[in-house]
Amino acid sequence: MTMQRQIDDDRPLAELRGAVKKYGAVTALAGVDFAVQPGEVVALLGPNGAGKTTAVQLLLGLMRPSGGEVRLFGQDPRATASRVRVGAMLQVSKVPETLKVSEHVHLISSYYPHPLPAGEVMAAAGLLGLENRLFGKLSGGQRQRVLFALALCGDPDLLFLDEPTVGLDVEARRAFWSVIEGKAAEGRSVLLTTHYLEEADALADRIVLISHGRIVAEGTPAEIKARVVGRKIRCRTALTLAEASALPGVRAARREGELTEVFTNDADRAVRELLTRDPALSGLEVEGADLEEAFLALTGADSEEVAA
Amino acid sequence: MSTTTTAPTTMAAIPPSQRNIARILALEARYEFLKLLRMPAYVIPTLAFPLVFYLLFGVALKQGPASTLHFPTYLIATYGAFGVMNAALFGLGVGLAVERGQGWLLFKRATPMPPLAPYLGKLAMCLLFGAIMVGWLFTLGATAGGVRLPLATWLSLAGVQIVGAVPFAAFGLAIGYWAGPNSAPAIINLISLPAAFGSGMWIPIQMMPGVVRKIAPFLPSYHFAQLALKTIGMDDRSQTVGRGVVVLAVFTLVSLAAAWIGWRRDEGKTFG
Repeated sequence: MTMQRQIDDDRPLAELRGAVKKYGAVTALAGVDFAVQPGEVVALLGPNGAGKTTAVQLLLGLMRPSGGEVRLFGQDPRATASRVRVGAMLQVSKVPETLKVSEHVHLISSYYPHPLPAGEVMAAAGLLGLENRLFGKLSGGQRQRVLFALALCGDPDLLFLDEPTVGLDVEARRAFWSVIEGKAAEGRSVLLTTHYLEEADALADRIVLISHGRIVAEGTPAEIKARVVGRKIRCRTALTLAEASALPGVRAARREGELTEVFTNDADRAVRELLTRDPALSGLEVEGADLEEAFLALTGADSEEVAA
Repeated sequence: MSTTTTAPTTMAAIPPSQRNIARILALEARYEFLKLLRMPAYVIPTLAFPLVFYLLFGVALKQGPASTLHFPTYLIATYGAFGVMNAALFGLGVGLAVERGQGWLLFKRATPMPPLAPYLGKLAMCLLFGAIMVGWLFTLGATAGGVRLPLATWLSLAGVQIVGAVPFAAFGLAIGYWAGPNSAPAIINLISLPAAFGSGMWIPIQMMPGVVRKIAPFLPSYHFAQLALKTIGMDDRSQTVGRGVVVLAVFTLVSLAAAWIGWRRDEGKTFG
């Protein structure tokens, strides 16, 4: 079945304009402008607590922004007319366990005016053969696929996937990616949140980096990967931070107690440079930078250039 | 019948605002029922406890204390009321607290589900479980208990007992929004067991110490029990039907208000 989706015009399907969200004294989103255009797969990438889930819940009309505007299909996200065109996979810890997979799909499908046939939902989510299994009897990966199936029930134009592979092992994660990439997502617009750069890279046309409630960078996966640092070098050195971060191949540096941490994508070269400038350097360690550190590097001294 | 067979063909043509709400509610209730039916932790206390209590205290002790009250008949009314009350409190209270805690209700809110569907589905399911339990209890009473009542009396007793689920379902809703998934069952037991005892649901109120009889009129469950007992002429004659109905109606409204405040607070904390 070819899916030629009807697109009203070029207006974004989902849009945040200057969106602010505060929980008491905590600011989860500090003024975010962001849109999903028809046909694109966008990844909202950021460390835990960056505001990704808040952005999704605002767009789904599950909460009210403290400031700014939220539009879904050009209207209030709580309108039934918007909700029938959307499918969401949220971070649900458990679905009622004593219902069968097919029963969950049956009920959720009944909410929509034009649901996908149950057989298509099962096939697209890779659940064929598991229709009569109780949810409580499924493995972790199968449970995630049920949540994905429930998002597909209404044949949505826009799919929200909030951390779809969190808690899955590497193998299950890759299997899940191929489900998302397959027939299931074909022609649909997708907004995906993740804290795995690899996942955003595998699935998205466009990556939006978010940190501390702000968008810090935006671009194609190739552009983003080029900007994000992959390695972290820790050492004890007499070099100042300014000297260290000015070395060829080094993107940023910071002080961590007595140690200096240097972020780079070319660890071999950076280590050579460091040792050349400071032969007394000691305690050298090289490790992979986690996403949070990649962001620190991005939002550090050269954030002007990166955010451009 | 003809409406259900033509529904699928017309479904595709109707706009979203005209989805078949009745069908959604029927499915919601059906799956609520199946969900609980497959959960022994709900089914056994709800269906079996009132029956076992009735066998122990109503049937085995029927020639027990010298009294003008026919125990098996009195307890048909009050164990039925107790069973219905518990089915409603646990079905709504624990069900909501758990689904709220898991994020399942939040997911459902993101769908175009009619906003009241989960609550109405749960209420319908509680009424159904209450009716099943009452049916078994009556069968046990009429056979093992030797209870003899006119058909009209059986029916009005069953009617009062089943409809009596509504105020306690409302109270369960409030608990579901104020209690956590792990504490909800304990909270409900702490409330419902003393309330049932103090309302004369296990031992006739007429046989209770004076202090219990003084407190009882402040318990909604006492008024529920008295309304059920009135249908068989065994109430304590201190309350009118009108007063019982008013007390339960006020209790329902206060519970709904508490649930609404809890819902608003939930929105504020999690997504408002």
